[in-house]
Amino acid sequence: MPAIQFHRRQLLQGAAALTTLWAGFASTAHAASMPGARELAGEEITLTIGQTIIQVDGRPARAVAINGGVPGPTLRLRQGQKLRITVINELNEDSSIHWHGLELPFQMDGVPGVSFPGIPALGRFTYEFTITQHGTYWYHSHSGLQEMMGCYGSIVIEPAQADPAPPAHDHVMVLSDHSYVHPAGILRKLKVDPGHYARYPQTLAGLIAGKDQPLKTRLEFARMRMDPADISDVTGKVFRYLINGRGMADNFTAPITPGAPTRLRFINAGSMTFFNVRIPDLAMKVIAADGQPIVPVEVDEFQMGPGETYDVLITPQDRAYTVAAEAMDRSGMARATLTPRPGLAAPVPPLRAPVRLTMRDMGMDMDMSHGGGGMDMSMRSQANAPDVKLGPGVDMIAPMPVDRTGDPGLGLDKIGHRVLTYRDLVAPEQNPDPRAPQREIEMHLTGSMDRYLWSFDGVTMSEAHHPVTWTTGERLRITLINDTMMGHPIHLHGHIFELVTGHGDRSPRKHTVIVQPGGKVSFDVTAIEGDWPMHCHLFLHMAMGMMRVVKVRGA
Amino acid sequence: MKMRYFLSLALALSAMPLFATGLHAQETGTDQSPGSAPAPAPAHDRLADRYYDPAAMARAEAVMMNGHGNLTYSQIRADLAEVRVTGADKGYHFEGEAWTGNVNRFVVATRGEGDFGSSGDRGAEKGRFKEGEVQALYARALGPWWNLRGGVRQDFGPGPQRTHAMLAIDGLSPYRFDIQGALFLSQRGELTGRIEAAVDERITRRLVLQPRGEVNFSVQDQRDRELGSGLTSIEVGARLRYEFTRQFAPYVGVLWTSSLGRTADYVRAEGKSASSAGVVLGIKVWL
Ligand SMILES: [Cu+2]
Repeated sequence: MPAIQFHRRQLLQGAAALTTLWAGFASTAHAASMPGARELAGEEITLTIGQTIIQVDGRPARAVAINGGVPGPTLRLRQGQKLRITVINELNEDSSIHWHGLELPFQMDGVPGVSFPGIPALGRFTYEFTITQHGTYWYHSHSGLQEMMGCYGSIVIEPAQADPAPPAHDHVMVLSDHSYVHPAGILRKLKVDPGHYARYPQTLAGLIAGKDQPLKTRLEFARMRMDPADISDVTGKVFRYLINGRGMADNFTAPITPGAPTRLRFINAGSMTFFNVRIPDLAMKVIAADGQPIVPVEVDEFQMGPGETYDVLITPQDRAYTVAAEAMDRSGMARATLTPRPGLAAPVPPLRAPVRLTMRDMGMDMDMSHGGGGMDMSMRSQANAPDVKLGPGVDMIAPMPVDRTGDPGLGLDKIGHRVLTYRDLVAPEQNPDPRAPQREIEMHLTGSMDRYLWSFDGVTMSEAHHPVTWTTGERLRITLINDTMMGHPIHLHGHIFELVTGHGDRSPRKHTVIVQPGGKVSFDVTAIEGDWPMHCHLFLHMAMGMMRVVKVRGA
Repeated sequence: MKMRYFLSLALALSAMPLFATGLHAQETGTDQSPGSAPAPAPAHDRLADRYYDPAAMARAEAVMMNGHGNLTYSQIRADLAEVRVTGADKGYHFEGEAWTGNVNRFVVATRGEGDFGSSGDRGAEKGRFKEGEVQALYARALGPWWNLRGGVRQDFGPGPQRTHAMLAIDGLSPYRFDIQGALFLSQRGELTGRIEAAVDERITRRLVLQPRGEVNFSVQDQRDRELGSGLTSIEVGARLRYEFTRQFAPYVGVLWTSSLGRTADYVRAEGKSASSAGVVLGIKVWL
């Protein structure tokens, strides 16, 4: 049945669908692992969540699939249309689908226990809302660790006014991570042994060979009980990195036309992975971030956290290219091939040197000879964060967190080519609400590496019986301070906010923002009525408690 | 910095028809400073109750809250499970624990040692389990690195045994030393204590050197347990383990132990030597 649907739907899509089919044929050996319709459109859509076995690089892996595929089908929608999506849950546990980045009535947002009761085992739920935006978005389960097992898919929304000169090709690139072991096992290993998946620890052998950090820096980190090699909790030791469900060997392949612009819609659907995306020998013109258009900016590489999306335009020559999405900690890579003719491939760049944290990542970037200028430089001073509960779940308070929106992201500061920073993003049109924020709220991202606990303001979701309360329509400045040595992509449901990056009423608009280690980020947002989760999009951080419910109520 | 300011100013100006009315460096959008409006009263209601069955929402909310930070985990591990060879003597020694919980935990810890016997003339002691203890504890987190452990310890084995109330502190010190200090108060009112410290030094990705030390002391002289007052014994070792995985790592090492003070006198009175050095062979393993 799904196979028939696949053909019928694809044929209906016309020329655009033919290219998709082509992509499918280019790696026919693994097409069997992705049954079901690859694209769905229209006002009535049905998605079915079920357990399946997928093939990742030729090895079977358990998955929670949507319509039998990982990722699930791409929803191709149009701005202004109505949508009725029925989600059938064939699992024997509760499930849900959250529409990541979409502005919709909160009761359709899809978070069990916040927006709705969830979709019961073997039950169904119909979401109904109007599509107000356009751009690249995605959807995923918000129940348990289902997202980590493959329960996600992409959303492409065409603008109400069709693009008069569309690019020759338009490819969705869903980046993700998948493991052959159950994510509950991964979480448990992290809980009992937080360094379990460390891929590149610093060693004595490395010290003697003069690699990595010198002794003095190592001792400084050891004194703080921190590990400068701890870049990602879960690494290539247990993950395979995927593009559109295909691993390194599976090599997702998509067509390009020499000299003709191609749009690539990158979605980071990874559960625990920041990706560094580049296409060797090909510049990328970033044209949208989190579905929102930006003034085109040309870069050679960009870093994206789970939950973020970037659209880029490329103009290829008559040759094949490798899309290299390297895990931030350099423990693995997702790879795809763009080629004008089937059968071509470009070299896959090797993994680069492991990343090490610096004092800047600890919120301690300053000239130590000045003695901190009267600032309390201790690792965990209440004076530096009066509102944080300094319990067992908080192992540091960044003494001097700095705005790092001008930084390209961990490991990309000395890479030798153009890397995107948040400050490079500028909205092409005036922001919809250019008012000054009426008040400012500071929220600290906190955690304890050794206990594997993650929280806001030192309080986990399970302990947080004091929700964040905003007033409907009020303009707020939210400042997120990262008191941990890990980057966190923070996602606010139902809202698109403006990053404070010095661009006035042309601020870039996003729904997910990376707060770099020891850094801080501010955004302005206009509160929309509802109960909205705000959480780290590293799924295991959210599962450990780095989440809050924002309750927005009428004045 | 200045450049950026002018850039954003130019952007802002080009966007505003205000340009004609004067060159006020009017800040717009996110360039403006936030005001100091008061925060609204905290809301505690569930808005979704308006659309869905409130009872179903309440159940889902309870699951959601608990599922984000309040689940229970557990581990069984043997930090040391080793054969000790000192001259002609061969013995064994184990230390391990099982725990369940999250931030705060219930712990059952055990340690013990025995002889495989020696090739010498003390055949009567062959294969004898010497002494062991088991602890049942509640471990409460004091901060990000330290836990307070309280509970009971029961000794077992052929020798004199005690039941103790115990209080311990364990955690990670600066420079990443694993440290545990424990006080034991026996049912006869005797106070003893033990301090352990270990540190992992990674030589290569899989090869780890672990220097480890332990000091024991007793406040009273306990003739039946052959413990003198003051420091009773000291043990210093270094183990080199190879991590096939983080969960399974065999090791070899060297060990030096010595009884001290009055305790050493008790040992010597039995014709044994107060201190010994040897090699160990074991595995560190957890499930
Ligand atoms: Cu996080």
